[in-house]
Amino acid sequence: MAEIFTISLIWSTIRLTTPLILAALGGMFSERSGVINIALEGMMLAGAFTAAAVTYAVGSPFVGLLAGMGAGMVIAGIHAIACIRYRADQVVTGTAINILMIGVPGFLSGAFFLSSGSTPQIPKEQLIPRTPIMIAFALVPIAWYVLYKTPFGLRLRSVGENPEAADAAGVPVARMRYAGVLLSGILAGIGGAYLSIGQSSLFTRNMTSGRGFIALAALIFGKWRPVQTMLACLLFGLTEAVTIQMQGVVKLPSGEDIPVQFIHMVPYLLTIIVLAGFIGSSRPPKALGIPYQKER
Amino acid sequence: MILLRELLFPLIAVVAAFIVGGILILVIGDNPLQAYGLLFGSALSWPVGIGYTLFYATPLIFTGLAVLVAFRCGLLNIGAEGQLYIGAFATAWVGITLANLSPWLLIPLCFIAAILGGGVWGAIPGVLKARFGSHEVINTIMLNFIAVALLSYFTQYHYKTPGDPIMQTVPIGEGAHIARLGRFIPGLPEFIPLNLAFVLALICCGLVYLFLWRTKWGYELRATGTNPSAAEYGGISVRKQIIVAMTISGALAGMVGINEVLGYRYRYYDGFSDNYGFTGIAVALLGRNHPVGVIISALLFAILQRGGIPVDAFTEHVTKDIVQVLQGTIILFVAAEAFFRGPFAKFGLLNRSKV
Repeated sequence: MAEIFTISLIWSTIRLTTPLILAALGGMFSERSGVINIALEGMMLAGAFTAAAVTYAVGSPFVGLLAGMGAGMVIAGIHAIACIRYRADQVVTGTAINILMIGVPGFLSGAFFLSSGSTPQIPKEQLIPRTPIMIAFALVPIAWYVLYKTPFGLRLRSVGENPEAADAAGVPVARMRYAGVLLSGILAGIGGAYLSIGQSSLFTRNMTSGRGFIALAALIFGKWRPVQTMLACLLFGLTEAVTIQMQGVVKLPSGEDIPVQFIHMVPYLLTIIVLAGFIGSSRPPKALGIPYQKER
Repeated sequence: MILLRELLFPLIAVVAAFIVGGILILVIGDNPLQAYGLLFGSALSWPVGIGYTLFYATPLIFTGLAVLVAFRCGLLNIGAEGQLYIGAFATAWVGITLANLSPWLLIPLCFIAAILGGGVWGAIPGVLKARFGSHEVINTIMLNFIAVALLSYFTQYHYKTPGDPIMQTVPIGEGAHIARLGRFIPGLPEFIPLNLAFVLALICCGLVYLFLWRTKWGYELRATGTNPSAAEYGGISVRKQIIVAMTISGALAGMVGINEVLGYRYRYYDGFSDNYGFTGIAVALLGRNHPVGVIISALLFAILQRGGIPVDAFTEHVTKDIVQVLQGTIILFVAAEAFFRGPFAKFGLLNRSKV
């Protein structure tokens, strides 16, 4: 067992946690404002593809990162307009975006790179393996401060808990919700960009492989609070890191690999347990998922 | 008038999505009319195109019905994906373990396994909601991932042919195979996997309709969906209805396994579902949560799926990803129906109660 718990495990945990923290904090801003965001997966894919494509075209990963943020924001904008302006069902819209973003990157890379779903390889010196990690961990205290210590945060939380009262107090409900959802797109976009131009060196089809949903799980496990959410992300990142390190190293007495599938289940099982109230209760924002219509 | 109104918005949403897709195709330098021509032409050609289109429609009818039943109870089941996997594995498991049984016994047992497997997996979020009030959307998402991990474990460690590089189980007994429709329909070759599960799907549409609109239980389920507090006041147990609806929903999703395992691959193939569960949401929504609508929209999505293949092969740049682009856009437009209702409401064509 000792050979697993090494410095490289810590480093690997940090790398695997980074995209989760970015997406989960993004989801937090959206859901705290009252808009369910199961489209984190799609927003990450948008960020990952755009960042890789732009970095390849321009040669600068920082431009790529910005483009990834922009792409996440555009997708979030679609979600926001559908959910806030047209009061669409937020879960259905999120599902639509996730399906859409399985298709769009493949569609575009087929057209631009004549490939079936991946971007060309980016040279090593044009990658940013560190910056997004620093952004992610720096964002945790910043998100905490913004959410709990600024008027913006207070308003954001108020429209997620009681939009009627917030409206009566003069808080622009729709505008706050737009801000929350767009922020989620920007952050998920960075998370996605990190996957394509930080951790690896190209975009591949469906490369997020469920990380948007693990981020959502971490958000719920962290009770929609920044620090707890980061801890949940670290826990989920650690489980993933351990499974990777274990493969081929630790064997069952029978000589077979330990089935990684059971470790993969941990985040999802924990989320169900927490949501059912077995380990403290996790209470979502009161107005989560309910479109707000101003009284006329 | 009611029929027209029910048809109008889904139709507008589909047309709008095709226009958006057409613009995208134009932007990347292909001819949208040629692409759409290929898409519909191949999907609707007799017999191969139509055979495959109906085959692809089968799982979508099941998942569309699954989402519909939950939706009529006020629940959003986005766990059909996990439920259909469990149903498929359960039916394969029976088909493998009892392989030597007579078909007269084995096939019904396999059907029951698919229904029970999906039903149990659907009941879990139902019970969690009824008992602890935890939201079914989150729980079904989580259960999807758990199902996938669990079944990949069982496939890899217990039911795979040793040394097989493909993640699939050993084949089921021949007695568990159900007939392909090619055997009954002249001109339809038997290599097309369209099978009796399609007929079963149509029967289920009828049964769901009868259950929801012609029985007391269906009435109670729908009453819960329309107004839970009024239903509770009227003596209906909302908690019970939630569990019942999720169980039926899961059972319907589980029946996808009958099509996939007993009628097509004759084994469980890890990760076989092409987002059937999620497309089911689109199918139900576009079909206005009515069984007849589900059949129509399942056919439309099946046409897209089948037609995407030649589009990929015979156009310069367009890949089969256009299918997901169209699907996603359709759902988006259906969900944000108010987007279209705006201009129409102005002309007084449609006066709906404000929700």
